[in-house]
Amino acid sequence: MLKCRVIPCLDVKDGRVVKGVNFVDLKDAGDPVESAIAYDAAGADELCFLDITASHENRGTILDVVRRTAEACFMPLTVGGGVRSTDDIRNLLLAGADKVSIMTAAVHNRDFVREAAEKFGSQCVVVAIDAKNVAPGRWEIFTHGGRKPTGIDAVEYAKEVTALGAGEILLTSMDRDGTRVGFDIDLTRSIADAVSVPLIASGGVGSLDHLVEGVRDGHATAVLAASIFHFGEFTIRAAKEHMQRAGLHVRMD
Amino acid sequence: MSVVIVDYGSGNLHSAYKAFEKAAADAGMRVEVSSDAEVVRRADRVVLPGVGAFADCRHGLDSVPGMVEALEENVVRRGRPFLGICVGMQLLASRGLEHGVASGLGWIPGEVVAIEPQSPELKVPHMGWNTLAPHQEHALLRGIPTGDTGLHAYFVHSYHLKAADQSLVVATTDYGAELTAMVARDNIAGTQFHPEKSQKLGLALIANFLRWTP
Repeated sequence: MLKCRVIPCLDVKDGRVVKGVNFVDLKDAGDPVESAIAYDAAGADELCFLDITASHENRGTILDVVRRTAEACFMPLTVGGGVRSTDDIRNLLLAGADKVSIMTAAVHNRDFVREAAEKFGSQCVVVAIDAKNVAPGRWEIFTHGGRKPTGIDAVEYAKEVTALGAGEILLTSMDRDGTRVGFDIDLTRSIADAVSVPLIASGGVGSLDHLVEGVRDGHATAVLAASIFHFGEFTIRAAKEHMQRAGLHVRMD
Repeated sequence: MSVVIVDYGSGNLHSAYKAFEKAAADAGMRVEVSSDAEVVRRADRVVLPGVGAFADCRHGLDSVPGMVEALEENVVRRGRPFLGICVGMQLLASRGLEHGVASGLGWIPGEVVAIEPQSPELKVPHMGWNTLAPHQEHALLRGIPTGDTGLHAYFVHSYHLKAADQSLVVATTDYGAELTAMVARDNIAGTQFHPEKSQKLGLALIANFLRWTP
């Protein structure tokens, strides 16, 4: 039976982890590769790097991070942030990423999703959706970290990008991101039920019950979280044991 | 002893290389990634990876001068141990039906067909960690706990190989229906899952492959 996935996400800026990962005995909490190795050993099902490097000159730093991670971790790796062209995707895949997540570039040019899927296969194209609730039962796509509205309906957009070849959706509720009050379950379920591809729920995790809710009530096939893992509050193992007790199927290898 | 990972333009071989290198170092073997048909022809063991669509991978393989012939000679005629991974495993089939019909190597008779989920909760691609249901014993699975309580393998695919001869299916995985997870015939084996991404199970399978004397 396929297991639901638990995915820690690291924000990486100029090749360094933002805010640092405060668990186990990391020699250098700011080194994304060390954190990746620790998560690999801890039983994470996948790892996600979000590159938030702002300056163009430093954009290559993520490639080195990905390359060194792929040398040391034998687990799937998704990389997103600033992916604008098929060359960006190719470079990340060649460095060792298994999947690449695209966001703003897909909002501005839907055809980019089709092009990416045709070139590299749907299995490595993740479309990231940042959505905000704008009316009861209606969510809109926002870009620029939730500051810029686009007027695009999130559910319709999710259907559109999967029809164009996206192999997975990474959905973040901008209302919940950083709040620690749990996923926006209505949003998650609305999109998970509307598409035929797997969906990763993100934004708002503050407790282990939230992870359970994302899968059980939100119908996500994977849950992504950052702070609850990075700051040593919960281990991956504790998260999975909690999910298992709630009747979800997880990998305990 | 040399192990070659065939490079025919099918995506990233870096992690596959690193996983095999890790296992090969323990066995005193040398691993190289090569797009040179001569190197493949002379290798003691051959690994054929593959990501993307079947037809594209087939096209990529055909684009390397002499590569298909080198594989036929070294693997089929000379019987060197061979492992196909993901689309590299699917290419063993007679033909694939992804993005049009394309012929495979025909070493494992059968077709590569789309996964047809039995219920809307089952998403495609079949993506993530699943267990293996063994249909027979195989050297590559030796010492690896399988079955519902066994180790997990990492899958990501929308198509799977439907073997014409069920006796060549080594293991399946349960996704509403049975999907082919591993096939083998004589010195030829293939996994739909990614051993290089499958942590414990994957590294154990790779170590078994490097020791395999079919």
